[in-house]
Amino acid sequence: MKQPPIRRRTIAILAWLLGLMMCVVVIARTTFTADLSAFLPASPTKEQQVLLDQLRDGVVSRLILVGIEGADAPTRAALSKGMAQKLRSDAAFVTINNGEPVHTEKDQAFLFGNRYLLSPAVTPERFTGQGLHDALSETIDMLASPAGMLIKPLLPRDPTGEMIKLFEQMNAGNRPRMSHGAWASRDGERALQIAQTRAAGADTDGQQLAMAKLQEAFDTAVKGQGTPAASAKLVMTGPGVFSVLSRQTIESEVTRLSVIGTLIIVALLLTVYRSFTALVLGLLPVISGAVVGVVAVSLGFGLVHGITLGFGTTLIGEAVDYSIYLFVQSRQGSADASGASGASPDWVADFWPTIRLGVMTSIMGFASLLLSSFPGLAQLGLYSIAGLVAAALVTRFVLPHLLPVDFRIRDVSAIGNKLSMLVAPASLLRWPLLLVTIAAAVVVTQHRATLWNAELSSLSPVAKEDQATDARLRADMGAPDVRYMVVVSGKDREDVLVSAERVSEQLAQLVEKGVLAAFETPTRYLPSVASQRARQASLPSDDVEQRLKQATDGLPVRAAVFAPFMQDIAAAKVRPPLQRSDLDGTSLALAVDSLLFKRGDQWSAILPLTAPESTAHTIGISTEPIRAALAAAGQENALFVDLKAESDHLYSGYLREATQLSLAGVAGILILLAISLRSLVRVVRVMLPLAAAVITVVGILVLCDQRLTILHLVGLLLTVAVGSNYALFFGARRDATISPQTLTSLLFANLTTVAGFGLLGFSQVPVLQAIGTTVGPGAVLALVYAAVFSAQGSTVARDAKAT
Amino acid sequence: MIAWSPRSSWRRILAIVLLLAMQPMTASATGWDIDQLMQSLAKTKAGRATFVEKKYLALLDRPVESSGELRYTAPDRLEKRTIKPKPENMLVDGDTLVLERGRQKHTLQLQEYPELAGFIGSIRGTLSGDRKALEASFRLKLDGPADRWTLTLFPTDSKLANSVHLIEITGARDNVRSINIIQTDGDRSMMTIERVASQ
Repeated sequence: MKQPPIRRRTIAILAWLLGLMMCVVVIARTTFTADLSAFLPASPTKEQQVLLDQLRDGVVSRLILVGIEGADAPTRAALSKGMAQKLRSDAAFVTINNGEPVHTEKDQAFLFGNRYLLSPAVTPERFTGQGLHDALSETIDMLASPAGMLIKPLLPRDPTGEMIKLFEQMNAGNRPRMSHGAWASRDGERALQIAQTRAAGADTDGQQLAMAKLQEAFDTAVKGQGTPAASAKLVMTGPGVFSVLSRQTIESEVTRLSVIGTLIIVALLLTVYRSFTALVLGLLPVISGAVVGVVAVSLGFGLVHGITLGFGTTLIGEAVDYSIYLFVQSRQGSADASGASGASPDWVADFWPTIRLGVMTSIMGFASLLLSSFPGLAQLGLYSIAGLVAAALVTRFVLPHLLPVDFRIRDVSAIGNKLSMLVAPASLLRWPLLLVTIAAAVVVTQHRATLWNAELSSLSPVAKEDQATDARLRADMGAPDVRYMVVVSGKDREDVLVSAERVSEQLAQLVEKGVLAAFETPTRYLPSVASQRARQASLPSDDVEQRLKQATDGLPVRAAVFAPFMQDIAAAKVRPPLQRSDLDGTSLALAVDSLLFKRGDQWSAILPLTAPESTAHTIGISTEPIRAALAAAGQENALFVDLKAESDHLYSGYLREATQLSLAGVAGILILLAISLRSLVRVVRVMLPLAAAVITVVGILVLCDQRLTILHLVGLLLTVAVGSNYALFFGARRDATISPQTLTSLLFANLTTVAGFGLLGFSQVPVLQAIGTTVGPGAVLALVYAAVFSAQGSTVARDAKAT
Repeated sequence: MIAWSPRSSWRRILAIVLLLAMQPMTASATGWDIDQLMQSLAKTKAGRATFVEKKYLALLDRPVESSGELRYTAPDRLEKRTIKPKPENMLVDGDTLVLERGRQKHTLQLQEYPELAGFIGSIRGTLSGDRKALEASFRLKLDGPADRWTLTLFPTDSKLANSVHLIEITGARDNVRSINIIQTDGDRSMMTIERVASQ
């Protein structure tokens, strides 16, 4: 402790520089991301895991829905075909589907060639004399129907109509209509196609590349079509597209906000300090804090989310306060101490304890976020704590050594004196403001039922118009939104397929009853080996001819017509069961791969369910019959998942947890203040303006029709953290009056905070906007309320002192 | 039954066409030609009729018979309600065909099924008296006087011509009496139509 000042100074500065250099090294190796990871739980439940898998690399996450608008219908169809032709040979895409019959022939050949292994109607009863008779009668009746023309050629080989059965199963879902040989929307105004990317949905770079290739193919096709195509426009949507768009939004927003925020604060500081040296010195703690914050998150989480960086701009607003306190006070100090170097000891003795308490209060608030299972919040918490501590330490231990001997900033005592005069009668506002707070409390109580937004989508950084495009294209395409699914998992493929078949039998009954419109299952294209063998065993062997004779009795058809049928049956009976590789070259291979896959050493089958058309009474799927069907199937490894309910559930879990953690944070702050201030009255005097500010901000948000999200909650916590500094200066210090210098520094600190946070309020990213609209007004209110409720010289304070 | 090989069939058609080339002239001389037929057909804006359809297929020993009701609303809505042997409903509206059979309901786009489209187009085009639409996929020939005319449609679209040899429609004035379809493989469908007094 008795070291000469020069040595201490050198050590402090060297340690700081060394620390910064190490931080730069870490940052250079840090991964930055802007994907969904910030919103996904680190330790998910079984249902959540399904949600995560689907979001990260499920087949739905790989779909890009493409619409071509403008121009006329033939041109749009031509563009669609031109694009598809170019993209089908591109390795970035697994398939491009625009309705052109690319795979149709191969698919039909596969289905027809394997119909006796694939059709669930193949049972021993169906191939008895009577069973064949019934099946034949039905097929002959069908010949009389308008569709008879299409099935007539199949009759000699497929008299039992297995191919029709397979078709009926597969075509249950809606498909877009055709216009000029390519898919078009129902209103005919758009050509449609679906691209399935090779890149997983979570691979934002891969998705961005796929989007670029789609755009390029479109541009080439437009050039090929000449002037009629000039007005054509390409629209794209899908989970991957959303990731790309939100990343672009977040990146551009973060850059824009950081630049504007910095400019405003720099301008403000220059106005105050009238000195470049002071400006540069004042920003040092801020920069150090931001760098340390990024490093802490990088080391703690392995990667840094773009949203966390965006949040970093707000840290500028709070950390810059510390140097303002130092400079404004030290001016006063250095004037008094007539030429002593750097910060006066007065500063350390008078102000540092208050600032330290303010920093500790903030840390207490943010520490609660650290415990959140919402990775985005945990990152914000760590970033803020590390950043604030670093900024405060640099202000306290490094900055004073860097102040030049003749360090001067503009004399602000004139402003300070004016402020003092303003504040003096502030206590007159006590009752009016109390009324405002009570009114806000009433508003909040009245709206408590609709206070919170319980949907995860409320945090989505995707613009409203992009979401509208998505809904439109999805409706046009009749694309499944894949909200409901049954997931079957097991040790090997065969196990999973057998279970999926059991579940399918039950689901098929629900389709009959109209509970479901349809469902999809990989067993449709790749049945379990057990089922295939059972179907083979159902086929008659040597007595086919005899059974056919019996069957055709009384029917207008001779058994001899069915010679090709007998050959096919004989071949089907002895062939080896279908394997996955038998599907190669068909579009069914893709269907199977997307619905049946291995992750780790676990096999999973996905059975997406399609809800019946919404009626007045029901929207979506009623879950009880599904659960009952699963119970009836007796497959313990089958899980019914409603992805939307799951994601909302996930979010409401975050929200509940964040509320509890915030309350814990507030409790922590109260304890900290109680210990430091050792006076209940002073604690109340510090907390009262903060509570009033929080209630008023919530009241304002409610009146502005904002439904609160988890990020508003974080904003409130920040309001408490920032506001505690003001309240502490006004209400916690022992000396009776607050000096004009302190008032001035508080005002400047407040202005920079409002500039930093207020800017976020104009962001298009809901997460950042929520924080901005909460902390911006919150910080101003906290200062005003602190001045009004906590200022000395009031009757309350005097009474309190008297006791 | 005549066996049609593509080459000889074309020659035969050509011969018939040449032979019949003079007939329309005689028809127009009596004040009856395709345009007039179309005009009188076009007057009917809506109609109901019962039908009996027999399909003669080489595969089957006996023809399969179905019967039911037809409903038509100008210009392009056609409903075929089959009652026997199995209830079935086919509704064509514009380019969309909805087929209902038991619980199954299928919606097709006619564009995707050129055979069906040709077949339905021939009926709809005739009922609405839309010569232009008919001539888009058929070559037309009219025989007989106004009270016992026969309109023959030869497919010009190659896909349709693969399966449909010709479609023969008979009628009296604006009243369609029968629609016969002869396929290239010799299978035939004969539909007789009885108009129900319009309300």
